[in-house]
Amino acid sequence: MTAKSKSAAAANAMHADVPASLRGVEVCKRFVAPDGREVQALEGVSLEIAAGEMVSLVGPSGCGKSTLLRLFTGLDAPTSGELWAGNDLISGPGAQRGLVFQDPNLFPWLTIRRNIEAGLVARGVLRQQRGEVDEFLKLVGLEAFASAFPHQLSGGMAQRVALARALVNHPKVLLLDEPLGALDAFTRMRMQDEVLRLWQARGTTMLLVTHDIDEAIYMSDRIVIMSPRPGRVDRIIDVGLPRPRGRNAPEFLAMRARILEMLHFTGAAEE
Amino acid sequence: MDADTMDMPAVKPPGRGARRFAESADAAGAEGSSSVATRPPARRGWGILATFSPVATAAIALASHRLVPNLQHATPTGVYARFLIGVMIVFAALGVTQRLWRRLMPSWRNWPVAGASNFLAWCVSSAPLWAAGMIVLCAWELVTLKWNWMPLPYFPGPDGVLRTLVDDWSSAGLGQPGLAQCMVQSLILLMGGFVTGSVIGIVCGVLIGWFAPVRYWGMPVMKLIGPIPATALIPMALMLFPNPTLSAVSLIAMAVWFPVTMLTLSGVSNTRASYLDVARTLGAGQGYLVLRVAIPAAMPSIFVGLFMGLGASFLTLIVAEAVGVQAGLGWYIDWARAYSDYTKVYAALVIMAVYFSTIMTVLFKVRDRILVWQKGTIKW
Repeated sequence: MTAKSKSAAAANAMHADVPASLRGVEVCKRFVAPDGREVQALEGVSLEIAAGEMVSLVGPSGCGKSTLLRLFTGLDAPTSGELWAGNDLISGPGAQRGLVFQDPNLFPWLTIRRNIEAGLVARGVLRQQRGEVDEFLKLVGLEAFASAFPHQLSGGMAQRVALARALVNHPKVLLLDEPLGALDAFTRMRMQDEVLRLWQARGTTMLLVTHDIDEAIYMSDRIVIMSPRPGRVDRIIDVGLPRPRGRNAPEFLAMRARILEMLHFTGAAEE
Repeated sequence: MDADTMDMPAVKPPGRGARRFAESADAAGAEGSSSVATRPPARRGWGILATFSPVATAAIALASHRLVPNLQHATPTGVYARFLIGVMIVFAALGVTQRLWRRLMPSWRNWPVAGASNFLAWCVSSAPLWAAGMIVLCAWELVTLKWNWMPLPYFPGPDGVLRTLVDDWSSAGLGQPGLAQCMVQSLILLMGGFVTGSVIGIVCGVLIGWFAPVRYWGMPVMKLIGPIPATALIPMALMLFPNPTLSAVSLIAMAVWFPVTMLTLSGVSNTRASYLDVARTLGAGQGYLVLRVAIPAAMPSIFVGLFMGLGASFLTLIVAEAVGVQAGLGWYIDWARAYSDYTKVYAALVIMAVYFSTIMTVLFKVRDRILVWQKGTIKW
């Protein structure tokens, strides 16, 4: 109670983020594979995510969910179609859309504090916003490790730093590419709560790629199920369960069964 | 480690001090015998005697120096005997007081004490190496001066070489500069060439590694010119530069430039793509990506290049000095060889061994300082 309310207070002390909506319109993406063949990664994907919403992308591997996420960051450009963040057409990467990978990708040559500062340095606003670095360190509970180097942290701690590093820029959208995929089951559940807490504290729009259906149900407002080859949106599910969600509540388990059935993983194979 | 960590503040959370300390202990271990690093400085039982081992081996060397008859004709000078007695006294004193010397974290306030204590602790921990060194000296004297298995004038004994070191320190005779002046001269050439070559090499490496057009035009030039041994360019360098010092510096710079460029460009172009992606989503521009992501990520590779360059610079220095410049260690060896004074050659070799390995150690220290963040992953 105390630790949580304290860090929530710390989060509120910072000026609140203005979340943006995300919109993909008829997005197609083709790659040229190493053997020269063209691969259709995404075909006609249209998707709308409201400002401040938490949405999960799930689907079998190869369905293009990570590709879609990269297109939303602006690191890759779509072959055709348009991607919008709020009223801005996405044309390249920028600090308004933060990204967290499965691997925390902390800069190993920087201390934890300097890693969190990286975005401020990159944008040339470190002097004005230096004070916030401490608040974000506190927000993810790593004040004591400010001068440690990334190799000294555990996986969960490193991922918390990665979240803080993305959030210090006050992004309008946070894109999460299986951020908890490499963590053990216990750390993972704790980190899910941590991400939810950050989401509630900051109000940022979050788009989460995951292969864990429990995680998708536990975390998100809506779940986008994608199907592979070529990647497209299969259907969108409104979770609609009250928060905080019980992982063993009957409604939770019922929804889990429904989604598994949609993905043909019920055990009774149709083919 | 418990005795070590006692001087330090709390170990967790990992503060700066605790890490730096662990690092210096490890670095010392990497240079000396590897078992030393993990052993607490205060040894118990037979371990205490290890510090006295140089006393015993120096005594053996001294006995053989005094008692075994000479077969080579050389006038004994007493320098070698005095050196051995000095070693015995120093290590006897260190052995008695060894519990006092431990590694301390140098700070602004205590650095003279910490420096002295760390040096003495290093002497204590490397005592077995000193002992082995005395055995080597003894064997050297036996096969030359004592038994004459290796004949004069090509193979003088340790006594003659030590005497030359002392005699030639300030002047080599015949109005020529002494060893001290040669060391200064060599250091000037070496540092001038090494620093110039490294800076140009890092700049070239970053440009070629990062910018595709520079890579397209720069790579073939690199591949063509780089492999030419710098020493093969001596005639050209002597022609191009009016001043022999300048020509030697540029040759050394050339020798350093190639490996540094090669490894810098390899490090820069192999920067993990995900670091660059993350930096871009944090709002980084080209400047940040190059200076604050690609270059730090390439640092381990750059240091490999610097070490290779340093090795190449020693070689080039000695050759270049023998050709153009009329001073320095390379010149001294060449000059002594011309007079068939092999004692001087060996004296210069001894100086070179100590001198160059010290420079190497300094670069290792710099690397350890800059690559702290790699602690635990580097093994060289």
